[in-house]
Amino acid sequence: MKWFSALVMVLLLALMLYATSDLPDHADPQAPANTYVSPTYIENSVKDTHTPNVVTAILADYRGYDTLGETVVIFAAGLACALVLMKKAGEKEDR
Amino acid sequence: MIWQIDFWLLVILIVAAVTALSLHDLLGAVAALAAYSFFVALLFAQMGAIDVAFVEATLGAGITGVLFIIALFLTKRRTED
Amino acid sequence: MIRQRYQSIIIQSICSLLIPFIQLFAIYVILHGHYGPGGGFQGGVLLAVSVLLQRLYLGKEVAYQKFPPKLALALGAVGMLIFGLAGIVPMAFGGSFLDYAYLPLPGVSGAELRYLGILIVELGIGLAVFGTLVLIFDNFIGGRW
Repeated sequence: MKWFSALVMVLLLALMLYATSDLPDHADPQAPANTYVSPTYIENSVKDTHTPNVVTAILADYRGYDTLGETVVIFAAGLACALVLMKKAGEKEDR
Repeated sequence: MIWQIDFWLLVILIVAAVTALSLHDLLGAVAALAAYSFFVALLFAQMGAIDVAFVEATLGAGITGVLFIIALFLTKRRTED
Repeated sequence: MIRQRYQSIIIQSICSLLIPFIQLFAIYVILHGHYGPGGGFQGGVLLAVSVLLQRLYLGKEVAYQKFPPKLALALGAVGMLIFGLAGIVPMAFGGSFLDYAYLPLPGVSGAELRYLGILIVELGIGLAVFGTLVLIFDNFIGGRW
């Protein structure tokens, strides 16, 4: 069984390496991601928001809705944790 | 992009991941996992994504390790399998 | 329980030395997000780490006096409220959702207003992440220490 899972792992590795050969190169200017929206953000972010860090401008301004969703997810996780684990008012401590 | 740095970072990454999976001492496994997160952060930084690297270093190597260690403190340290 | 088991003067002095610097760096990371790597998430996590370190080395009674656990939930909710208001208030003044150029702040307009809007949002994210992580830790460890 151990050898079988190792074989599956090697096959998956080969599959992923094969799939990687189709991806664009690292920092390729002709890649689709670098020709569509990236130039707009890079050219306009300083003019639009006076923020030199493009990542912050994209995260908090252009894609603010996305960041709002992320924060809501984190806060909901914390609330769920509190609801599941919080002790009731009269409950004794168990240790 | 310097391929030697990439290569050795990836080698250390695989070693740390296999160590975290195979250790029987769970505290050591948490340490290996934190090391894994930190080398992922170095890899991100080497690729130029400094913000992602920062998040990975604080969340992956900081908070996750603390929460895992608290979980170990509340249960027990060694695993049976 | 943690404190009784691992009491050591070295750990206590080093922690009490480290915590103000961690908090200072966290605030720097939140406020410097416009110019360098950083922002709300990272700064909030660093603030939460400083409070967690305080809880670990001071023990329950003293640490709960320094930072009460109810405050964590309140701060997280306030952070979410800041973010939500930064989204909704521009809608009341003619913009679309999360369009900071319509925030009703006197004296600034256009790009400067969006700059300030990013700062407000980062503060909200930082507070929300900080409160949430401390909340998770408090409920996780419960009364067993």
